[in-house]
Amino acid sequence: MIRFSHVHKSFAHTGAALADVSFQVNKGEFVFITGPSGAGKSTILRLCFFEERPTQGEVKVYGVSSATFRPPDVPRLRRRLGIIFQDFRLLEDRSVEANVAFALEVTGTPPSQIAPRVARLLLQVGLSAKATALPLELSGGEQQRVAIARALANDPVALVADEPTGNLDERATRGIFQLFRDINANGTAVLMATHDLDLVRRSGCRTIEINRGQVVFDSASDGGFRPSQPLKAMEGDA
Amino acid sequence: MRLAVREALLAVRRAPMLSALSITTIAFSLFAFSLFGLVALNIRNALRTVEDRVEIRAFVADGTGAEATGAALGDISAFPEAASVRLVTQSQALDRARRELGEFSDVFEEGILPASIEVRLKVGFRDPATVRAVAKRIEVYDFIDDIRFGEEWVEKLHRLRTIATLAGVALGLTFAIVAIIIIGSTIRMAVMARAREIAIMRLVGATNGFIRAPFLIEGVLKGTLGGLLALVLAWVALAIINRFVVQATFFDAWMGTVGVLAGASIGLAGSALSVGRHLRRV
Repeated sequence: MIRFSHVHKSFAHTGAALADVSFQVNKGEFVFITGPSGAGKSTILRLCFFEERPTQGEVKVYGVSSATFRPPDVPRLRRRLGIIFQDFRLLEDRSVEANVAFALEVTGTPPSQIAPRVARLLLQVGLSAKATALPLELSGGEQQRVAIARALANDPVALVADEPTGNLDERATRGIFQLFRDINANGTAVLMATHDLDLVRRSGCRTIEINRGQVVFDSASDGGFRPSQPLKAMEGDA
Repeated sequence: MRLAVREALLAVRRAPMLSALSITTIAFSLFAFSLFGLVALNIRNALRTVEDRVEIRAFVADGTGAEATGAALGDISAFPEAASVRLVTQSQALDRARRELGEFSDVFEEGILPASIEVRLKVGFRDPATVRAVAKRIEVYDFIDDIRFGEEWVEKLHRLRTIATLAGVALGLTFAIVAIIIIGSTIRMAVMARAREIAIMRLVGATNGFIRAPFLIEGVLKGTLGGLLALVLAWVALAIINRFVVQATFFDAWMGTVGVLAGASIGLAGSALSVGRHLRRV
């Protein structure tokens, strides 16, 4: 489903961000991408939804290859993925339901189907009572739930989440993570970048650790979760 | 399409100050251009009125028969340059001279003034070279004693018209370019203000066409409103000029429509360029 083959990525001003990264995320899998700040986690996620192109190697996501894609493939691919960020990226001047409906309108969902679908999504993320609220009237955890509802709007095959709990307190983090687990239990793959080691450890999910742009550990090939030296150092910092 | 229209209207409603600023900027840019247009239009009208007086007068020798002058009138009327051709008899010339120079009416005696053929030329054939060429063709009739067309005056008028046209084109282009730059910057500001929204639209899978459509509609809407406002401002300015300075002409319906359409086109082009550039960059 998501495959990185010997991917290198360099930026003009900051130099190499990824070097020879290879891994695969299978259908329905829950995978954490961990590593210290600046390790290249966000770059991997941006490559997944084609916000960036690899400098070398190939990224293949649901049949769309970075080597052969055409511009119209990108919006089509993004409709199959749900993308979530640490800063929620909600339209602050629109209500919760309008934010979720927006994702459906953009993809040409018939207007008659939008309202019931939005209601179902808000029920799923536990925000039915706040449908008409504006994002800034909600807590961080609630705002992230709105972003998740929006990401789920088009029944994605995978969620790509970049530090989705980075701005949340412990309790909100647990709630959001449980929501991701429930979504994953329904068959949607989840690729989540995080440096919350407790969360990673408790989950028992597959973990890919990145350091200085390289994969230094992948629990799929090395067995259970085992933080490498840099990750341990990071844990010590926390 | 309905969604694009709704998004465009929502954008105007959500940022009323920015929208008002865009419309006002477009209106004032087009207003400056339309003021220049009014000056150009009125100079052109004034020149045309003067040009209407460009005339060739061929004096007929005494004793020329009516048959000969009649045939010449027929020939000259068939010239493609000729707008009107008429014979002024000796007595008509005398009447006119007495009428126009009343104080000296006693000076003019019967038969003192010659008959003449007066030729007026069509618009587009009033330049010195054409007037001279037509005069030469009339001169070949052997009963023509003398021919006059105010050569120096025609040349001066032509030079004035050429200068007015060149100045008009140069100033018009400058005004138009300045208007396009100002309007483009205003629209670009509106696009930048919605950069976050554009980024979110892209993340949820909106195509570039889908993102562009509301901006294009918004551009046309603002351009049209700006164009209409500019027309109203120009009308008010002209009313003031008419009242306190000089009587001047306003644009006709066709010119007014072209002005508003120009506003809409600039709005559309400005939006298309700004959004296009933004989409290529992000």
